[in-house]
Amino acid sequence: MTKEVSSPDGLLTIVDAVSFSVETAETLAITGPSGSGKSTLLALLAGLDVPTRGSVILGGLPFSSLDEDGRARLRAGRVGFVFQSFQLIPSMTAEENVRLPLELIGAEDAGVRAKQALADVGLAGRARYLARQLSGGEQQRVALARAFVVRPTLLFADEPTGNLDRANGIRIAELLFDLNASYGTTLILVTHEKALAARCGRIIDLIDGRIVDESIHE
Amino acid sequence: MSWSAIRIATVLRAFRRTELLVLVAAIAVAVSASSTVGLFTDRLQGAIRIESATALAADLRLESGRSAASLDLMEREAQRRDLQTGRTTTLTSVVHAGDIAQLTSIIASDGGYPLRGTLRISPTLYGPSQSTQDLPPVGQVFIDPRLASRLKVNIGEIVRVGVSQLQVAAILADRPDRGTGMAEVAPALLMRGVDLAASGLIGPASRATYALLVAGDPDAMDRFSGWVKLRKSAAEKLLTVAESSAQLGSASERAGRFLHLAAITTVLLAAIALAMASRRFARQRQDEVALLKCLGATRQTIIRRFAVELMAAAIAGALLGVCLGYAAQSGLAELAKTFTAVAVLPPASVTPAILGVITAIVMMAGFAAPPIMELARIPPARVLREDLSGRKIPLFFPALGAVVSLLAILYLYVNDLALVLGAGCSLALVTIIYALIGNGLVLIAKKIRPDSGVAWRYGMSALARRPRETTAQILAFGLGMTILLLLGVVRVGLLDAWRGALPATAPNYFLINIAPTERSSIEQFFSEKRVPIDFAPWVRGRLLSVNGTLIANRMPKSDRGRAFAEREQNLSFSADLPPDNELVEGQWWSRSSGLQPAVSVATEFRDELNLHLGDRLVFDVGGDMTEAKIQSFRKVRWDGFRPNFFLLFSPGVLDASVGSFLAATHLDEEGRKALLEFDQKFPTVTVLDIDGVLNSVRTLIDRAAAAITYVFAFTLLAGLVVLLAAVRATADERRYEIAVLRAFGASRLQIVSGGMAEFAILGALSGGVAAIASSAIGFFIASHWLGVPWRPTWSIWLWGVSAGTFGVTLFGTASTWRMSATRPARVLRGQNS
Ligand SMILES: Nc1ncnc2c1ncn2[C@@H]1O[C@H](COP(=O)(O)OP(=O)(O)O)[C@@H](O)[C@H]1O
Ligand SMILES: [Mg+2]
Repeated sequence: MTKEVSSPDGLLTIVDAVSFSVETAETLAITGPSGSGKSTLLALLAGLDVPTRGSVILGGLPFSSLDEDGRARLRAGRVGFVFQSFQLIPSMTAEENVRLPLELIGAEDAGVRAKQALADVGLAGRARYLARQLSGGEQQRVALARAFVVRPTLLFADEPTGNLDRANGIRIAELLFDLNASYGTTLILVTHEKALAARCGRIIDLIDGRIVDESIHE
Repeated sequence: MSWSAIRIATVLRAFRRTELLVLVAAIAVAVSASSTVGLFTDRLQGAIRIESATALAADLRLESGRSAASLDLMEREAQRRDLQTGRTTTLTSVVHAGDIAQLTSIIASDGGYPLRGTLRISPTLYGPSQSTQDLPPVGQVFIDPRLASRLKVNIGEIVRVGVSQLQVAAILADRPDRGTGMAEVAPALLMRGVDLAASGLIGPASRATYALLVAGDPDAMDRFSGWVKLRKSAAEKLLTVAESSAQLGSASERAGRFLHLAAITTVLLAAIALAMASRRFARQRQDEVALLKCLGATRQTIIRRFAVELMAAAIAGALLGVCLGYAAQSGLAELAKTFTAVAVLPPASVTPAILGVITAIVMMAGFAAPPIMELARIPPARVLREDLSGRKIPLFFPALGAVVSLLAILYLYVNDLALVLGAGCSLALVTIIYALIGNGLVLIAKKIRPDSGVAWRYGMSALARRPRETTAQILAFGLGMTILLLLGVVRVGLLDAWRGALPATAPNYFLINIAPTERSSIEQFFSEKRVPIDFAPWVRGRLLSVNGTLIANRMPKSDRGRAFAEREQNLSFSADLPPDNELVEGQWWSRSSGLQPAVSVATEFRDELNLHLGDRLVFDVGGDMTEAKIQSFRKVRWDGFRPNFFLLFSPGVLDASVGSFLAATHLDEEGRKALLEFDQKFPTVTVLDIDGVLNSVRTLIDRAAAAITYVFAFTLLAGLVVLLAAVRATADERRYEIAVLRAFGASRLQIVSGGMAEFAILGALSGGVAAIASSAIGFFIASHWLGVPWRPTWSIWLWGVSAGTFGVTLFGTASTWRMSATRPARVLRGQNS
């Protein structure tokens, strides 16, 4: 799989002939220095973007056969995300942010489930706070609640601790792996922190868009 | 996502966003302005109808010179249609008191006179009067004060009409149909129809005029007058409200046109504000859309989600606007009541409200929908890379579509195609100019970095950094200011013209039937009282031929044209072009060129008879053939109420045929007292009092002027909303830049002065161009469409540039100031808002 983009310096290959597969319930870490193409690869894997050459196959269905809306529908209710910059909607409350993915799939008991998910990350008391009123660590916990509330089969995390201080980072990592383990979610985690990567079953090391190393733990 | 997934709480929360509020405000202003104007012009027209009806004493008047019997059929039909009816008989006859005789206009009725307006009677000559519903009792009469003074009778005394002896019950101070034309020359006497029948004056040889008066609601009257038109004979003359009172018509038409212009400009201003606000609304929600897409939302889901928010905003705005519109309009109606005796204004209709809601929807669809469509194209990968944005969709066509539909709606409001097309074209032109200027400014800003000070350098570079926004801002500021200035200057021009047309000293009394021998003594009479008076020779004549062709062989089709051709016309002559007359073609005669007999023709007369310069006209003036060549055409402003003539001859042509003079003068309270003395000194001269008419026209103008000022306030409001929306257009980018600059140690003062420079450039540029554009458009509107003289003023330049610079800089600086107060860390961590 290859991704090329045009830039002021001509055509740029960001992801260069990368090829691998991930099993259900596997945990995979993608590491590499900043600018190595990790986020771009993640976007391709999640169907947020399409590769220039090659394809992503999810459960036997190639993303390339779907248009953007089709890929979105495929994600709905099945895929969760956690981002470096949290990506909560600042004008909504914590609870509303968590409800969002439930509403998108038309879940009946969205309110109850959202409250439960918030309680699971220890933020039951913050449900009615606007997202922008929360601290960074709290915001990322809301994001975790939002990611897991639909019981996704697949979770993408892009530097989930990158914007947090150490203590909060550790706390988020704990939560992430706990929730992941209890739901048996397939996890694809992008990080440049070795310690975090080490907690995954498999690590892919990326430099300049190429896989330079692949190791299996446990 | 199902519809149920769109939660009311979320939609309500969206209203916390300023952008959505600006959107609501823009729609509310547009809807309220257009519905106010719609509602008010409805009512203004209704009021004018009533005023005009007063002049006829009915909504419709059918006159017959032959017999009362021919009107019976029409009266029965009117009664069958549940319309009010009344009958009058008028004739001119001699009335005696003792051994004094006086030619008198006798009006006789047994009821139903007047149907519109009221009679005013007074117990003493020229004393205070009161209105009455009743005709004089049988055996009694009301008489005109001039008749009383000439016959030297008092209340309770007897006058002889034909063979009957009748008692004077009261002085007839005023009646609604007191003529403003020149036909009625004798003082009036009002009596019962039965008394007239008994007087023996009515016989086969008497020249009485029989009239049927009809009144009812406007629609029923329109149908009835259509019915009458088909059935009336040529000998019967139909007068309706629609045709009467040209003076009232032109003032109100101008007012209506201005109000319509104001409505159009306000809606367009609001559209600009809406466009700016929805662009920012869309830009602010890019992250949200990317996230929703990540979580599995399809494009349709996203469009639906924002459509609900926007629709909620549109409905809120429209409701608010309609309420404001009704409130403002009842305010206007209240205002109107204080000016006029017309208390019963016709009720407002609901159509403007419906149109208001449609306006809101179209504005949303044209200006808010495209940015939302663009928003739905945001790639989901934006959650990982901030700089990704959707493919730009062309905003031009939807905006064009919306402007066209808005103009179409406005056409429904104002029913004036020329105005709507003119507005559309000027708008297009001004938009293109500003788009070019915007692009030019960006180019210049990219090249030039002034050395003088950080602020200017920063301001210029800020303009160059955001080319799309800079152009949009120039467009919004520029169009906004052009529209405001335009409306401002047109308004001033219109009010000036009105005040000029009817100065406080406009003649309110006409003297008719002045014998040439009396002229100098009358002149002396008034100069002793220090009252200025103007005389005009008055000759009656009938047009016989044009260029040798008998007029009967080139008879015009229209009623008016036929009247010009068939009836005796009032002719006059003058060495100078009279005031209120404007030469539109040909030349005025100079004193030296007075050899050839020449005539100057009013444009109305020219158009009806299709005349050209150099045409030879032959008139029958008291049996003499008088020939004259058309040397010029004049546009006459009849609303000045001075004596004016369709046909004016060069001096020398008619001098020998002068039958009488006509004079016009302005009399105040004091001067009016001299009329008693005048009547006794010059009993054969008829005094025509048009003070009442002048007052009702003045009232109407005052009312229209107040309405104009009122509606102009809406436009100003719309202008402020535009200013706010346009300044905020770049707020998000600037917030970020400011945070970075602050982080690098820029002082608050430096940042604010940079913003100030940026907005000063934008404001001065758009204000300057707005001054040029509004002068040009204002010229066309004033001269070609409102028909008021246009004098360009320097003040508009001053206003344009200074108000533009000041207003934009003030708003811009204030917003920069506020933003520079936020802690940079918050912004840089992405917690903006
Ligand atoms: N759409 C794009 N256009 C231009 N350059 C891009 C685009 N997407 C990614 N890049 C560039 O590709 C490189 C890899 O980016 P990214 O995937 O974000 O790296 P990482 O997440 O490993 O830090 C960076 O240098 C980035 O600037
Ligand atoms: Mg990255």
